[in-house]
Amino acid sequence: MTKKKTRTEDAAKIVFHVEDLTKTYQMGEVQVHALRGANMELYEGEMVILLGPSGSGKSTLLNILGGLDTATSGLVVYRDKNLTKANEQELTEYRRFHVGFVFQFYNLISSLTARENVAVVTEISKNPMSPDDALELVGLTERMDHFPAQLSGGEQQRVAIARAISKNPQVLLCDEPTGALDSETGIVVLEALERINRELGTATAIITHNVDIAGMADRVIHLSNGVISEVSINKTKKSPGELHW
Amino acid sequence: MKTLDRKLWRDLWHMKGQVFAITLVIMSGVATFVMFITTMDSLEYTRTKFYRDYNFADAFVHLRRAPESLIEKIKDIEGVRQAETRVVAQVKLDISGFNEPVNARIISIPDGDKPLLNGIYIRRGSLPDPTKDNEVVISENFAHAHNLNIGDQFAAIISGKWKKMKICGIALSPEFVLMMKPEAMSPDFKRYGVLWMNRKALSEAYDMDGAFNSVVLTLQPQARLSDVLRAIDNVVGKYGGFGAYGRKDQISHRLLSEEFKQLKTSSKIFPSIFIFVSAFLLNVVMSRTINTQREQIAALKAFGYGNYDVGVHYAKLVVLIIAAGLASGIACGIWFGHILGDIYMAVYRFPYLVYILKPWVIIAAVFVSVFSALAGTMHTLWRAAKQPPAEAMRPEPPAQFKVSLLEKIGLGRKITQPSKIIMRNIERKPIRTLLSIIGISLACGTMIASGFFKDAVDYMIKVQFVLSQKEDMSVSFFDLTSRRALYELQQIDGVQYVETYRIVPVKFINGHRSYKTVIKGMEPDSRLQFLLDTNLKKVTLPSSGLMLTDHLAKLLHVRPGDKLTIEVLEGSRATREVTVVALVKQYLGVTGYMDLSSLNRLMNTGDSVSGAYLVTDKNKQGKLFLDFIKTPRVSGTVVRANEITNFYEIQAKGMLFFTFIATLMACFISFGVVYNNARIAFSERSRELSSLRVLGYTRGEISYILLGELALITFIAIPVGFALGYWLCAYLAYALASDLFRVPLIISSKTFSMAALVVLVSASVSGLIVRHKLDHLDLVEVLKTRE
Repeated sequence: MTKKKTRTEDAAKIVFHVEDLTKTYQMGEVQVHALRGANMELYEGEMVILLGPSGSGKSTLLNILGGLDTATSGLVVYRDKNLTKANEQELTEYRRFHVGFVFQFYNLISSLTARENVAVVTEISKNPMSPDDALELVGLTERMDHFPAQLSGGEQQRVAIARAISKNPQVLLCDEPTGALDSETGIVVLEALERINRELGTATAIITHNVDIAGMADRVIHLSNGVISEVSINKTKKSPGELHW
Repeated sequence: MKTLDRKLWRDLWHMKGQVFAITLVIMSGVATFVMFITTMDSLEYTRTKFYRDYNFADAFVHLRRAPESLIEKIKDIEGVRQAETRVVAQVKLDISGFNEPVNARIISIPDGDKPLLNGIYIRRGSLPDPTKDNEVVISENFAHAHNLNIGDQFAAIISGKWKKMKICGIALSPEFVLMMKPEAMSPDFKRYGVLWMNRKALSEAYDMDGAFNSVVLTLQPQARLSDVLRAIDNVVGKYGGFGAYGRKDQISHRLLSEEFKQLKTSSKIFPSIFIFVSAFLLNVVMSRTINTQREQIAALKAFGYGNYDVGVHYAKLVVLIIAAGLASGIACGIWFGHILGDIYMAVYRFPYLVYILKPWVIIAAVFVSVFSALAGTMHTLWRAAKQPPAEAMRPEPPAQFKVSLLEKIGLGRKITQPSKIIMRNIERKPIRTLLSIIGISLACGTMIASGFFKDAVDYMIKVQFVLSQKEDMSVSFFDLTSRRALYELQQIDGVQYVETYRIVPVKFINGHRSYKTVIKGMEPDSRLQFLLDTNLKKVTLPSSGLMLTDHLAKLLHVRPGDKLTIEVLEGSRATREVTVVALVKQYLGVTGYMDLSSLNRLMNTGDSVSGAYLVTDKNKQGKLFLDFIKTPRVSGTVVRANEITNFYEIQAKGMLFFTFIATLMACFISFGVVYNNARIAFSERSRELSSLRVLGYTRGEISYILLGELALITFIAIPVGFALGYWLCAYLAYALASDLFRVPLIISSKTFSMAALVVLVSASVSGLIVRHKLDHLDLVEVLKTRE
């Protein structure tokens, strides 16, 4: 608890600073206000869960943090970089060198083996770990030469995590990483994420609508209706193994 | 409108790029199909109608001179239905403003009346006034070539006498649909015309009072032509008959038939190629397009639509997609057909062209297109529909992949992951890759086959008119002339060198096979005329015996060493036997060749010639023409350069137009195929590529994966297309061989390059369009859903 406080005080340790962020989509003739002035921060090494029902704006927030989407107004600063002002090329570079992504549907390249799916990222990164090491971190050493079609859903998601962390990113963004998995497999995936966060100190933000997962986070950011309604701090973090849903 | 139908229109709009490309492919296939077939049908129908309406004769005979009373004997011959005598005169014309000798054939018509047979269609003006002896009707293309009009005058030299003529009408005749001087290689409307004159006036001028020198006949339906011809020859024999012949050997009809035969062959081959290629592509394209709709199909089924409903829905989509292509294809085909018909009309003089669009042509085009599209669709649709909806809606499981062969043999170690993706993708779906390659190579091959004609024509011209002939002009004499004429010609100012030749019209007979053509007697060691075989090697003329064009030998079934009977169709009308000593493979013509002296010995005519080849002083050509107009012996001149122009402008024009259209259509097909290929690959792969974008790949890097694969397929397809194109051309050359010419299998590097270029440009443009789409991938959307 105290440890967290010191972090809050130290501005240099802030990974993301989000201020009055709004996002409006034009859906045909209707304007959809996905974000209506969100404020938040993400600190080095912490694990945050973004929790909210569908339509709450959590995916939009994550997409903007990840450089996949641009805000309508407001400010997003990554380290000392203003993402709201970044152009397409800068965003690509940002994604390439700083952010790791994990998707709900894994999005592996089906024509590449597990190792190659990781290599696809390490080949373009500045200071990556080896694909073998990354896969070892998620416990897939044995299955490195298998193609996605030969892996279970949980295994595929762990490959995706290995791929995401292999570039040694500052931040790991996960969009419903367990959404397509049963709970048992989901827990294995969460364990991998927890281990990365613990061992590498990578700041991790996980989107979910599953309240039960929130127990493993340092902080839980609740979203509803495009604003952050509540930020709660877990006094005691649960290990993924203790979660049930 | 049902909701499902509304979806149909929106889907169509959504797929507009692909729909456009598919439309191009079908339009091109169908347009070419319709153009060829309707042009051929129209020309054939028009010919038949013109022959019938204007009573084209079945048999013809020319003779020196016979009394008019002989006609009764001819009419009495069994099998003859109608017979009409005529006076036909070969004359020279002097047309003011055109200082070259012009030849014409004057044909008599009953005084003040249309002929019974070989009627004339008066386009403008009227028949000659029976009270005037100088009025003539002239053939239409001759009038066009000289811009002659009713009331214009020119001079004719008939039997050495000058006679002023006045044009009273412009006409066409079934006897001269395609006009060509007997010794020429291509029609020359400026230097050869047909005139019709009243019988009385012509007889007086030509000393044929109470006599005739030509008979045209029609036969009873059951009559046997050969019997009738023999009987005619018996009757006219002692009047100097030159041998009766049927329509088959009538020059206009024969040329027309040969050209029609070629046209017919091309109008079978080209449309078949085009409709087949576009059907094939349609099948492939539709099956891939429907494949991208997999989840929608599942969703529809989940709502409770049955397989039948879904099938009907997609069948409608397919029919709508191809409807635009079909409609525009048929419209363009009809339009091109009219243009092509008009072009042919400038060469073949029909009074009108009846455009024939047989319903089966449309039905066939529609059926082939719809069938091939539906076949491609239904197969895929069935595969998609037999899955339980839930399974189809679930995200597709990752596709099965293997390490590619190239990597297995150790080539893959150093290559990057994106390159591995390309290789494995190509290898994983060998059939799809193969179909893509076949599609592009077919388009490439079609381009080559279309461009090939021009190459072949260029080459024939080069061999025939440039490499084999070196004279500036040739002159022909009215009658057989002593070889001493050579010295007279050499004396003329402006003539630098002279060689003589002799042409003997003959009928070659081998058993029941016969062929009417000429034997050309050539000077040994000629400096102006060479016999070249198809390897462009100079063939030495044997000092005795007969040499035949290989095509003629094939027609007559003779080989070197065989004896051949020759019926001479002039003078004594003798029959001789001669040994075929050699064959020469040539592209143009069907001629026999002999050494000049040897030919004269065979004919028993002393040292005779029928014309001469001249090398002339270019500056004095005008003067020479005037000299020749005045020389009674000279019937006409042929300038080599004109023959080349005429060949292109008249004979090859139609062919060059349709190859132009075919090439254009092949370009469209090329683009349609390549673009569709790229577009579908984009749909299939966009999700994977966006994932890579999210992982930090740049636009250029993901473009490499997709476009690299397309480029690889294109590069493989081009050489395959070359091979395919060569094979198509070989088949065309084989199928199009006729008496007029054998198509040489010559494909210029320009044609190959052009085909490759079109494919590459199509690929680049498609690549750019896809690249644009890749640049605008919606990274957020594509990660959410599976479509």
